[in-house]
Amino acid sequence: MKSAVLVFPGINRERDMARALRLVSGREPAMVWHAETSLPEGTDLVVAPGGFSYGDYLRCGAIAARSPVMDAVRAFASDGGLVLGVCNGFQILCESGLLPGILMRNARLRFICHDVHLRVERSDTPFTRGYNAGQVIRVPVAHGEGNYAADEDTVRRLEGDGRVLYRYCSASGEIDDTHNINGAAQSIAGIINERGNVLGMMPHPENHVEDTMGCTDGRGLFAGLVAHLERAA
Amino acid sequence: MKARVTVTLKTGVLDPQGKAIEGALKSLGIDGVASVRQGKVFDIELDGDKTKAEAALKAAADRLLANTVIENYRVEVLG
Repeated sequence: MKSAVLVFPGINRERDMARALRLVSGREPAMVWHAETSLPEGTDLVVAPGGFSYGDYLRCGAIAARSPVMDAVRAFASDGGLVLGVCNGFQILCESGLLPGILMRNARLRFICHDVHLRVERSDTPFTRGYNAGQVIRVPVAHGEGNYAADEDTVRRLEGDGRVLYRYCSASGEIDDTHNINGAAQSIAGIINERGNVLGMMPHPENHVEDTMGCTDGRGLFAGLVAHLERAA
Repeated sequence: MKARVTVTLKTGVLDPQGKAIEGALKSLGIDGVASVRQGKVFDIELDGDKTKAEAALKAAADRLLANTVIENYRVEVLG
């Protein structure tokens, strides 16, 4: 798997992401500066990592979404290329129009930084094939604006098309208001686009990939992408 | 010429920041506050005639200043 990690000013999770990609795929990802107008030849996966691009000025991800490299990412996605956005990366993908909706301020107004449980809703996508449908995984979140919102029609369509891949839940997989940490519509933690090749999620799977991190539940996402690409090749 | 773009949340979009401000106003004892919605104001200086400026400001609001999923905007050329 040849991956490219986008680097915007103010991003701070790009090295965590690169480390996870290197560990799971065995290949060094390319780091791609926001001012670039193209992606490296043969890129299989583009990742928008977490952080605070442009200091979260205006709206989270709004300015990064308008940077030159995003035109290349949009073209890559419309050719069917795989795109993953984590945390600020999810916000950037929403702002760039690659995913519907927006991430609003957390309902309880607090920055949330701790492990959460996620229920994997289906396993038949490139982004979830490393897991079983209904499986509960534990990964960290670190965000102040992760409260997913969209108009009713959009949310209905996301649900109807099975495009919610990850949801906040209890350790045993129950979905309820208590475990919906940021007030997101339908406890949404991660969604894919209509075509199924772009995933945005608030939690950080890249931070649970090694034993030294205390948990390896995030590995499945990356391992699933590697397996998907190997099968496609 | 001077212009102002005002961005406000659409009706029905939850505004936790506005709610927190509303609570703070109430705790200050300011009477009669029914609700607060937070928005943004952009004061912009630009060149060109009024018609061109309005078109440019509309493009700016559509493409960057507002996220029309959740926000409305108003453009005023102040002269």
